[in-house]
Amino acid sequence: MKADPRGVLTGEHFIDGDHACCEGALAAGARFAAGYPITPSTEVVERFAARVPTVGGTFIQMEDELAASITLQGAVWGGAKAFTVTSGPGFSLMMEHIGYAAMTETPCVFVDVQRGGPSTGLPTLPAQADMMQARWGSHGDYAVIALCPNSPQECFDLTIKAFNLAEEFRVPVMFMMDEVVGHMTEKVVIPPADQIEVTPRKHTKKSVEEFEPYNTNGDMVPEIAHAGEGYKFHVTGLTHDERGYPNMTPQTQDRLVRRLQNKITSAADRIAMFEEADLNDADVVVVSYGITSRVAQRAIDTAREQGLKVGKLRLITAWPFPEKKIRELAGRVKAFVVPELNLGQMALEVERAAGGQAKTFSLTHAGGSVHHPEDILKVIVEASR
Amino acid sequence: MQLTEIRIAGFGGQGVILSAMVLGKAASIFEKGYATVTQNFGPEARGGACSAQLIISDTPVAYPYVTQPDIMVVMSQEAYNRFAPELKDGGTLIVEQDLVRVTGLDKKKEIKVYGIPATRIAESLGKKMVLNSVMVGFFTALTGLLDPDAVRKAVADSVPSNFRELNLQAFDKGFECGSTASPNTVETELEAESVTEAG
Amino acid sequence: MSTDLNTALLNDDVANPVEPFLRTDRMPHIWCPGCGIGTTVNCFARALIESKVDLQSLALVSGIGCTGRVAGYVALDSFHTTHGRAIPFATGLKLANPKLNVVVYSGDGDLAAIGGNHLIHAARRNIDLKVICVNNLIYAMTGGQTAPTTPDHATTSTNPYGTFEPSFNLPHLVEAAGAVYVARWTTFHVRQLARAIGEAFHKKGFSFIEVISPCPTLYQRRNKLGDGLDTMKYYKAKSKVRNGAPTSDVGLTISGEIIVGKFVDRDRPDYQNLMHAQYVDSLGDRFVEPMEAEAVCS
Repeated sequence: MKADPRGVLTGEHFIDGDHACCEGALAAGARFAAGYPITPSTEVVERFAARVPTVGGTFIQMEDELAASITLQGAVWGGAKAFTVTSGPGFSLMMEHIGYAAMTETPCVFVDVQRGGPSTGLPTLPAQADMMQARWGSHGDYAVIALCPNSPQECFDLTIKAFNLAEEFRVPVMFMMDEVVGHMTEKVVIPPADQIEVTPRKHTKKSVEEFEPYNTNGDMVPEIAHAGEGYKFHVTGLTHDERGYPNMTPQTQDRLVRRLQNKITSAADRIAMFEEADLNDADVVVVSYGITSRVAQRAIDTAREQGLKVGKLRLITAWPFPEKKIRELAGRVKAFVVPELNLGQMALEVERAAGGQAKTFSLTHAGGSVHHPEDILKVIVEASR
Repeated sequence: MQLTEIRIAGFGGQGVILSAMVLGKAASIFEKGYATVTQNFGPEARGGACSAQLIISDTPVAYPYVTQPDIMVVMSQEAYNRFAPELKDGGTLIVEQDLVRVTGLDKKKEIKVYGIPATRIAESLGKKMVLNSVMVGFFTALTGLLDPDAVRKAVADSVPSNFRELNLQAFDKGFECGSTASPNTVETELEAESVTEAG
Repeated sequence: MSTDLNTALLNDDVANPVEPFLRTDRMPHIWCPGCGIGTTVNCFARALIESKVDLQSLALVSGIGCTGRVAGYVALDSFHTTHGRAIPFATGLKLANPKLNVVVYSGDGDLAAIGGNHLIHAARRNIDLKVICVNNLIYAMTGGQTAPTTPDHATTSTNPYGTFEPSFNLPHLVEAAGAVYVARWTTFHVRQLARAIGEAFHKKGFSFIEVISPCPTLYQRRNKLGDGLDTMKYYKAKSKVRNGAPTSDVGLTISGEIIVGKFVDRDRPDYQNLMHAQYVDSLGDRFVEPMEAEAVCS
């Protein structure tokens, strides 16, 4: 369906990534946010708090991130599209509720504007070191979707995408920004509402008698009902059967947990978004995401000026990891260069997907600033040999 | 509008960030270019030193930071001392001349220095806080980087409506000064001083 | 009250009048013999009948623990959430759909320890929630560990030589934080409890009902306080009804008297009223009412 024009601030704006993310959420139909202040993410909810009473919706500042990350899920079951926004320490606190959202198949969006860690780390400075946490941070087996914008424009566009994927797959979507992208100001074009596609909630049309809250009816994703509609359904974080009732058998556990994972991994190719350039003749492919992709671009440009055959693969979807693409490239390139603002997280995935067919150069950085393009260039040169 | 790296620096309350926002908005919204603004955040950005980086280009900006600024606008001595050595050879330095003593510039770099008493001008217009619009006007006139109409629109679009007229006056005043300014009038005398000190 | 329920209540075949409120396909329940939680559910169901609350708009939210399992047994829209977070979940549910009547039904450990921060903040904000706190003075689901409500010197699995930390007086805590309705009863006081729940349904704002309830398996047995029946006798003998008692006076001890009654019944604007008033005041015509829930569906 098309976006509700009330939430769409059509026009050209010169705003930062945090504000653009908020506008994306509003355009996507988010009418509820629960948050707790934390640098460098707070601007998202500050803007939401200012905007939403004029659009029709609610913002509540909760007492901590545990509260924020479950309040939003209450709102989802009450019928709203909802999200929360945080950064490293708060993201850590939200992990249990990411698991709850995965288990109960609550469609929602968690925005993490990444800063340096561990612990309090570097509150005002960038990192990309929550990438594995986004995938594996809650206990147990489950799958999520994670997107990595690299500009304020993408903070707008991909936030809409994040909400759409959340609804399509009934899954928590991690929106993995970083401090630079969050605080960087650029032009953001917001199209008219009738040009914005919004995925509606997968709401059941079944009668009260027919409806089973976790019966997928042969699909991978069940239909949902909201509280107050008469379905009298039960939702639990316990292992549950198709009726939503707790059922602690290994058989039910196996069926449920595999489906929670498979509904995402089996659609990985469809979910995968990446930007690619010069891959046809490439000897070396630079794989990057978020702000690092823009730093790497300068190194790639210089390398190509020097006659090196360097290609670019920018991950827009980090999870599910686009391993098919990497595997396919690994068969025909010498090496991957993976710069990232962490001590080597997605590089491990690249290496795994490459399966030994091409070498992986992990170009680490502990965060606090971005790479020097020259450092990336040096590794490209080394990898090209 | 080829790729131009600009740093604007001063102290909190001078409208350093707003100046960068206005110029960036002019380039990317009111002209068909691209602009990226980054700034220092956190405790170091509250009061004290304040700095914004602005990249303007006619193609999309990839790397968002200034490596060697083509143009630098400095409105405090601290900012001058900290950032002036970064300036590119042949670059342009614009200073709030009442607040910055230009000393020790490497003559071989052939930097063009322009000064304006922006704070005094702003005060004469009735409000000290519009000094950034004076600076933006001055910048626009002497760099020729951006269409003056676009910048004027960006000023009008970026300030509270009750201060719009005053800011536009400030912009015009700065622009007027910039149209007639010649480089190194400030520097010449200061360079002499620094030579004396060295001697 | 829904028609099917009326029919059911008139039908002689229904053995127990509260049966229509239960997911009978989930019986038997997990609670131990002598446990008081089932009694509270019975009172809750009777309160639903008596207060004529619309069941379709009623949602029940639980946390984790023995009482947390209530959500799984009631034939309502029911949410079994994470440990300690029933109140913030319920807050989101209520704010997203203000037409819902939202009940939080959980235990003392869940609400007052791990969820203690949410308890006081929801009371401060005066979110329109009805909180039923079944207080069995111990962590039961996990095997009898000390709770923030465990009275002095009681023996628990984590204080095998007796507890020594001071405990929370929950009515005092939530009154201080801002609750508009605060009552305490025991599982002996079934009529009073059902009436209190019914009263809470007619209050707007944060209501809190503490139900002192036995855990014969872990609390009573370990402290040599007898079985479920002995506990009922104790509740009968030692409870003193003191409506309007200052909540500072109602702290519990291991074998002393239990002050019960309605302690607080006051009015102050709830969160949504305050929010609405503030936005109308600040934004005037620019304020847009929060949207109806259906807007997210096609």
